[in-house]
Amino acid sequence: MSPRPVFLARGRYRQRRLRDGLRMLPVLGAVLWMVPLMWPRGQAAGQGNAGALVYVFGVWALLVILGAVMAGRLRPDGDGVDGDG
Amino acid sequence: MPGFDLLVAVALGYVAFLFAIAFLAERRAGRGRDAWLRGPVVYTLSLSIYCTAWTFYGAVGNAARSGLEYLTIYLGPSLVMLGWWWMLRKLVRVGRAQRITSIADLVSSRFGKSAGLGGIVTVMCVVGVAPYIALQLQSITLSFAVFAEGAGRVWGPGDIRTVALASAAGLASFAILFGTRNLDADERHHGVVLAIAVEAVVKLAALLAVGGFVVWGIGGGVGETLERIDASAIARWDQGAGRWIGLTMLSAAAFVCLPRMFQVLVVENADEGHLRTASWAFPLYLMAMSLFVVPIAVTGLALLPEGNPDLFVLTVPLSQGEGGLATLAFLGGFSSATSMVIVATIALATMVSNHVVLPIWLRARGGGATMSGDVRAVTLRARRASIAGVLGLGYLYFRVTGGGAALTAIGLISFVGVAQILPAMLGGLFWRGATRAGAASALVTGFAVWMWTMFLPGVGGVMPASVVAEGPFGIAALRPGALFGIAGVDPVLHAFAWSMALNAGVFVAVSLLTFPAPLERLQGAQFVDVFAHSLGPGRVVTSTAQAEDLLIMAQRIVGAGRAQAVFRDAARDQGHARALPDVTPGFVQSLERELAGSVGAATAHAMVGQLTEGAAVSVEDLIAVADEAAQIVEYSNRLEAKSAEQERTARALRDANAKLTALSLQKDAFLGQVSHELRTPMTSIRAFSELLREGGLTPEDGRRYAGIVEDEARRMTRLLDDLLDLSVLEHGQVALRPAEIRIGDLIGRAVAAATGERALDVTVSGALDAVVVTDPDRLAQVVINVVSNAAKYCARPDARLWIEVEAGADDVAITLRDDGPGIAEDARDLIFEKFARAGDPARAGGAGLGLAIAREVMHRLGGRIDCLPQKGGAAFRVTLPRQTDDVSGLVTVAV
Repeated sequence: MSPRPVFLARGRYRQRRLRDGLRMLPVLGAVLWMVPLMWPRGQAAGQGNAGALVYVFGVWALLVILGAVMAGRLRPDGDGVDGDG
Repeated sequence: MPGFDLLVAVALGYVAFLFAIAFLAERRAGRGRDAWLRGPVVYTLSLSIYCTAWTFYGAVGNAARSGLEYLTIYLGPSLVMLGWWWMLRKLVRVGRAQRITSIADLVSSRFGKSAGLGGIVTVMCVVGVAPYIALQLQSITLSFAVFAEGAGRVWGPGDIRTVALASAAGLASFAILFGTRNLDADERHHGVVLAIAVEAVVKLAALLAVGGFVVWGIGGGVGETLERIDASAIARWDQGAGRWIGLTMLSAAAFVCLPRMFQVLVVENADEGHLRTASWAFPLYLMAMSLFVVPIAVTGLALLPEGNPDLFVLTVPLSQGEGGLATLAFLGGFSSATSMVIVATIALATMVSNHVVLPIWLRARGGGATMSGDVRAVTLRARRASIAGVLGLGYLYFRVTGGGAALTAIGLISFVGVAQILPAMLGGLFWRGATRAGAASALVTGFAVWMWTMFLPGVGGVMPASVVAEGPFGIAALRPGALFGIAGVDPVLHAFAWSMALNAGVFVAVSLLTFPAPLERLQGAQFVDVFAHSLGPGRVVTSTAQAEDLLIMAQRIVGAGRAQAVFRDAARDQGHARALPDVTPGFVQSLERELAGSVGAATAHAMVGQLTEGAAVSVEDLIAVADEAAQIVEYSNRLEAKSAEQERTARALRDANAKLTALSLQKDAFLGQVSHELRTPMTSIRAFSELLREGGLTPEDGRRYAGIVEDEARRMTRLLDDLLDLSVLEHGQVALRPAEIRIGDLIGRAVAAATGERALDVTVSGALDAVVVTDPDRLAQVVINVVSNAAKYCARPDARLWIEVEAGADDVAITLRDDGPGIAEDARDLIFEKFARAGDPARAGGAGLGLAIAREVMHRLGGRIDCLPQKGGAAFRVTLPRQTDDVSGLVTVAV
């Protein structure tokens, strides 16, 4: 394994962080989609499903937009194949 | 309400339209103009086969029963797609690099191209997906039944069976027609993919149309619809964490393990870049598909409280007299069902033919299989039969279960079944240590647990009620719904958690305890480090398997045109003008991969192996050879080390010999010199003493002659003294007289004695006050020797000499440097030898004993004298201990 460089050009550095962001996206989605589990449950006092629906789809839209923006800025060539430094 | 016959006509017309699209796409692809067919949009839309009739009808039914739980089925895949950088990217890269044809091929290829493992996965997939196909048949049948009922005909079981059978037959013919038209080198089906992309648009449009009608047509807008949701039976959020998280995980796992999803995600992928678009576009599609599910469910519950919630998508528009919309919804559901069935059967048929039929057939035909018979025809026939068989199995499941269960329940049985492949797949992609034994035992364990806890209880009447209630033979710990006595868990979660936990546990444990075969390890490295190297594992061909034989075999698998093109390209790459390439390891490997694209890695490996058998060395052989080679290398290393040592010894001997020779020559020269030195004064003495004896000389002459005689005699005496002195020193027969002396005084005395009238500019510096206990006369002798040597060799009038004293704790070093001609490097070894003289002996004037005596003296004094390497001038260092008493003790004999 050749030693990985410590300093990267700004462009490559941005690409690496973009990949970090892509990796984190499903984690963000999982966390946000689990938030409703902390809401009060049951027919009497529970949170309305209409609100829940709006929340879940709002998160969905946010994730799609984030995913689209990040994927769009990702350069397809991919330096250093799997480099994650 | 459209008439039932009209509906049948619409359905048939729609199918004809799909046929036409598939046909045109195949033709365009055949002409090489398939760029737009294989774009990211078509790729994303083709992924929509995840949304089957289960989604189209079942999601609304699920929402009507369990509120927002239906969302979990779409949240999981959304997360997987959004997290494409973690796994899907690698999966697609591996799939392309290894020419993977199915998920069974992936597992088989990863674990050493194992035919057995491929078979296990295939069986699991067929059993797991059969309920799913049954579900599609059921939904098609039910949707037809809705329209038949509207036309005033209530169907009996016989009618339902007839429609289901007809649907199955129709779907089988479509799949056979477009899925097995050819054995594509890369197992891609352009026509099918475009057809399912069109169906994806149709089902989305249909669901959005129904949803739009419900929200704006019936509901009166978004705000009112939300209020209606809050007023409905499913108004409250009451999702349990277990099912919410568990089903999300389950759908995520199934998304990558379902054979049809693997087919469109990996096998049909034309460009890795498409994944980038699909990563966000597919979640968007899923979002759109699930957007109106709750409004439709709520409206259905309000309008048709007695109706089947699974059919609200159809019945709600029908109840409002929207015949056209209902027909569109029917087409959407029809599209969902057909596209899933077509892709699933093609994927399963590929697996069955490559991992079950071909291995058995190859074994049955024995070694000559590749040389006789048409593999291509066998493969195609096997696939066609498999498609029919898989659909038949789905129909059988439909018949056995009676088609009664809710759609969601059936779908989840399938999901848990195929999710059993996940540990082997993930382990194979990310863990080098995963072994074939681990994967096989894990798959079998997971499959067995799933069968016991979910599949068998789910198929009505197969498992006796007593077993369900009390466990087999009354063993309560093995009750299907409460393994190990843990009861009260949701049945789906129970089956999912136990099967996955045991599956993954067995996988890790067995992998840790077993040792992988060489081919497994090679493939493991190829899979896990796919981004580091996309090179193939080696098969070394030691002699030529005939290229003609390979060509004949390849033609039988991929067809004459394609095979010849491959061989021609290979020959061109090797730089040959002729059509057949040399059978190099690289060529055999790429050919194997090419064939793997049609018949799977294990079969291709076996077939190429048959031809090159004897000519090819297996990896096992190779490792054995490598071991032997390593031993040989080690042995030769040892030999080399030994011979290097001998070389060193020989060199030392040579050096010693050269030194001896040089000394012997010097000795001869010295004897000549001694004779000469002795004879010259002797001649003078004899001549002058004769003159003196004859007399008749003036007194002045007489005195002069007598003086010459005396001088010459003294010179001889000095020479003899030196020889004697050296001899005494060498034999240790010398008495030292130690005394305390200041170094400065000693050097002053010696310099004065040595230089005499000779004008030599001497600089003395350093620790002159240092006091040593030594034999002052002997030490002075050494210093005199060196100084007089300097005086002798430095002929220039302005010659200089530097003397520097360094005093250490235990010893004192005197360094003497001059700026004379210096001592040649090769002479440094010799100058301390007896009788040696550097340079011109005539100029030295002595017998060459001075430094030899100095060395012996220093040795006796417990010190040493060295000649220092220096440019321009000679340099000597005299080192002596502060105290020399121990040496003097040895000296016993005086001369």
